[in-house]
This record gives sequence, structure tokens and C-alpha cells, in this order.
Amino acid sequence: MALALENGRRQFDYWVTVYKRTWKGTLISSFLLPLLYLAAMGIGLGSFVDSTGTGELGGVSYLQFIAPGLLAATGLQIAVGEATYPVMSGLKWQKFFHSMIATPLRPADVVFGQLAFIAFRVTSTCAVFLVVIAAFGGLGSPLGVLALPVALLVGMAAAGPVAAYAAKLDNDAGFAMIFRFGVVPAFLFSGAFFPVSQLPNWIEWLAYVSPLWHGVELSRDLSLGTVEPWLALVNVGYLLAWFLIGSWLAVRAFTRRLIG
Amino acid sequence: MSEQRESLVHVRGLKKSYGDFEAVRGIDLDVFRGEAFGFLGPNGAGKSSTMRMIGAVSPTSGGTLRILGMDPATEGPSIRARLGVCPQDDTLDTELSVRENLTIYGRYFGLSRAECGKRADELLEFVALTEKAKVKVEELSGGMKRRLTIARSLVSKPDLLLLDEPTTGLDPQARHLLWDKLFRLKQAGVTLIITTHYMDEAEQLCDRLVVMDGGLIAAEGSPAELIRDYSTREVTELRFGPEVMLSDHDALAGKVADLAERIEVLPDRLLLYTDDGEHAVAAVHERGLEPAAVLVRRSTLEDVFLRLTGRTLVD
Repeated sequence: MALALENGRRQFDYWVTVYKRTWKGTLISSFLLPLLYLAAMGIGLGSFVDSTGTGELGGVSYLQFIAPGLLAATGLQIAVGEATYPVMSGLKWQKFFHSMIATPLRPADVVFGQLAFIAFRVTSTCAVFLVVIAAFGGLGSPLGVLALPVALLVGMAAAGPVAAYAAKLDNDAGFAMIFRFGVVPAFLFSGAFFPVSQLPNWIEWLAYVSPLWHGVELSRDLSLGTVEPWLALVNVGYLLAWFLIGSWLAVRAFTRRLIG
Repeated sequence: MSEQRESLVHVRGLKKSYGDFEAVRGIDLDVFRGEAFGFLGPNGAGKSSTMRMIGAVSPTSGGTLRILGMDPATEGPSIRARLGVCPQDDTLDTELSVRENLTIYGRYFGLSRAECGKRADELLEFVALTEKAKVKVEELSGGMKRRLTIARSLVSKPDLLLLDEPTTGLDPQARHLLWDKLFRLKQAGVTLIITTHYMDEAEQLCDRLVVMDGGLIAAEGSPAELIRDYSTREVTELRFGPEVMLSDHDALAGKVADLAERIEVLPDRLLLYTDDGEHAVAAVHERGLEPAAVLVRRSTLEDVFLRLTGRTLVD
């Protein structure tokens, strides 16, 4: 454990340098886009929805309904983005992960460094987003700040398995699959924009399997102050399980790829 | 003498399999402190697999391997802390600057930032890239990237430097510059292990080498010993002009067979392996043969290599 932390610390400068180089570019994709959604759906569509009554949403404004879910979905999107192309680049295109394991670092250390960086990216972006949401009046309760750790948890739940998948691919064609059949449907159908009970039964059950749904539910319950402890525990446990199993799969896939 | 030399890499019966394929099929060797040791062999001979095992990255499939006296299965990180590795692919982060590639790499070894910066500047000087320090790696030429990769492998001040095909794909100027750097490292006492399929590179750099073929060691020795043991001192090359067919070559070879220890028939020429090339030329003329061109040269490692590994293309 101490060794893992030491080896993680040794990668710190690498990730700081990467971040300094890319933060401006990621600003638009990871922050501006959710902000546009918030403005268009929360305020634009929201004023329309609110005028027809929000009983189905639990009586809160549409902005307050979608903002916490949007935050969780942003966490997911950032994590998937950082667990796909950068992983392929390190393993396959530029191969700098291969150069890392020629040093005292081990494949598990490389995975740890990548996941730690993803955690930082998710947290920093979502923190700013949360401030914007609060400024728009999108938080129904002070507990809403806890939506930030939830967004982080959602991101990490996705990062592990996606990094494992990315490590197995031979080219980036498979990433389109993740976005088309994973991220976009999850984004639209995990209850961020409307309650999943509105969906046909079988899709509703698909939504329950999605880690994002658990994140959206938890995030919204906290933000609206309607949190049910045992339900929250189920959500957290489910997300943690995705994170732990996913990270284990990622270490296995990186190890196979790196040391053959 | 050899009993007193310290073996940095000790290999006995070493094997490596990938599924059903045996890339390395049981090899024995020792690399001693201060020497430059070479692995020669065609593609697929098992050189790179062996290098990855010696680099304490790839696990062995059988046999004994000790690197710097340690077992890579249990002490991989401690071994790698004392190795420098220059892989076949550059594996640089092309979006970082030249200097950042060095300083960040030093951090992986647990060096302080100040120490990394100091070593990076020294190494950039050493590989003549000081002026490119702030340039992004993607803007460098192939030769510069290679030099940077070698500089990176030296950041940890390694006891043992592993170079996998260090000059493949470089132009002659870049190759000679690299050879010069490697020679200086050797003089400074760094132990080098090099894989290559360039014979001139092996002759230039290596004190001792093994020729690998099909996952086994086909021969071992210094370049001079290998030439002595597997070739003759000289080679006489006879060319008979374009009108002479390959079938005629076989007939011609029959007429001069007794003049050499060994004869090789190629599409465009005959090679007579003999210790006295001029004498063979005179004898060829005495027998009334009129080759269009004659060349007498010293045997090279290339002759040894082709004899041991054959002329057939291995892909």
C-alpha cells in the first residue's frame, strides 16, 4: 500500500504536465457542454415544464430536477473520455505506458496513476459546474454539495471498466461503440431528464442496471434533501462495486498488454 | 580471469513462450560488468523477448535468470531501478517537451525534481539536444528522438543499459553519432547489452556477442573469434557477368570447389571462403576461368551471420 502510494506520487509530475497542456482544450468539452444543457433544458424547457405542473417530478422546478442528474452525467462523460483515448495512446499509439514499466513502476501503478488523474479531472470540473448550478438556483438543499462526491463516484465506476476495455482494443473504432451504445443512451435514459418510471418496463430495468441511474438518483435525492438512507447505501454500494471490479479488470488488462 | 569478473546478467536454460509458440527455447549466457554484449539474429530469433526478460518486465517461462544478482520474479522494481532501457520503439510522449520527457522519467525512479532537472540538462548536453530542450518531441527527427530515448534511459544512472535495435531506421550520420555516444558510455564503465541486425554495428560496439536463431544461441564469442570459428580469414568473390546463368554457376563452382574451404553460390557471384584470397584468384585463372570481376576481402560478421542463420528470408 505504501509502495503503491509512493509509486503514485512519482507519477504526479507527469499528470500535472499533461493537465497543464490540455486543460484549455477540455474546458469546452467537459464544462461548456453541460452548461449549455443546463441553460437549454433547465431554463428553456424548464419554464415550459414548470408552467404545466411538476407533480410527476415531485413538485420541484425542472431546473432543480435535472441539475443534479446533469452533474452526475458530466462526471460519467469526463471519466469515459479520459479512460479511452489517453489509455490507447499510452498503451498502443505512443506507448509511453511501456516506458513507465521499464522503471520501478508496475502496471498496477500505471492504472492507479491514470485513475487518480481521472478522479482529479472529474472532481475539478464538476466542482466548478456545481457552483454554476448553485448560482442558477439549481440546488434544493445544502446537502446538494454532496452531489460532487457522487459525480466522482459515478466517474470512477465508469473509468475502471472502460479503461479495461480500452486496454484490450487494437484500435479506437471500439470507442464509438462505448459512446453510441453506452454513454449517450445512459445520458438520455438514466433519469437525468425525466423519471425512468415514464419508460416502458424493460427499458426501465435497463436503467436500473446503469451506474449512472444510481448516481442520478443519489445526486438528486441529496440535492433535493429527500435522501432515503438505505436507498443511498444501495446506490453507493452499487457504484463502489463497479469501481472496484472495474479497477481490478483494468489492472488485469494493463498487465496483459504491458508485460505479455 | 573470467572467474573474477562480476556477472550482471546470469542466464541458464532461459525460456519464453507465448501460448504454444516458444520464442526463446533454452539459452545460457553471462554478461559481465563493463562489457558491451550483443544479441545478433534475424527477426523472430528471440532477441527482443530475451531483452524484455532481462529488462525485468516480461516474466520468464522457464530456466534461471538473475539480473544484478536479483530474481526478476520477486525483485522486479529493485532491478528496474538500476537498469536503463532504450526500447525498439521510442515510447516518448510526443506532446511533451524534450526536457519534460527526461525530468518526468526521472521522477518515476523517485529522484527529486532538482536532481531530475540537473540530470536532464547534463543528458541533453551529452546527446546534443540542448537547443531543442523546449521543443515538443513530435517536432524532432528520427535521429533526435532516438538520442532523446537514449538520454532518457540514462536518467537513472543505470549500472546496465539495454538497447534494443538502437539505430534501426536512422541515416548514416545519425548512426555514427549514436555509436560515438554509446562508445563513450562504455568507456565510462556502463555495461551495455545491444540487440541489432546490423553486423557493422555489432563489430563496432560489441566486445562479445551471441548469434540467436530460432530461439536458441547458434554461436557465442568476440567478433574476431566468431569470424575465426565460423568463417575463413578472407573471402574471394567471383563475378562472371550477366550472360552466365545460375545453372552455369553450379558448374563453375564444381571447377573451383577444391580451392576453398567452402563455396557459396549466389545468383550473381561465387563466394570462395579461404584463408588466402589472392592465392585462390591465381588458381582460378590457372584453370582457364575468366571471371568478369574479382574481389578479395576480409571475412566479416555478416559472413558468420549468414552461415549460421541462412540466407532464407524469415518473416
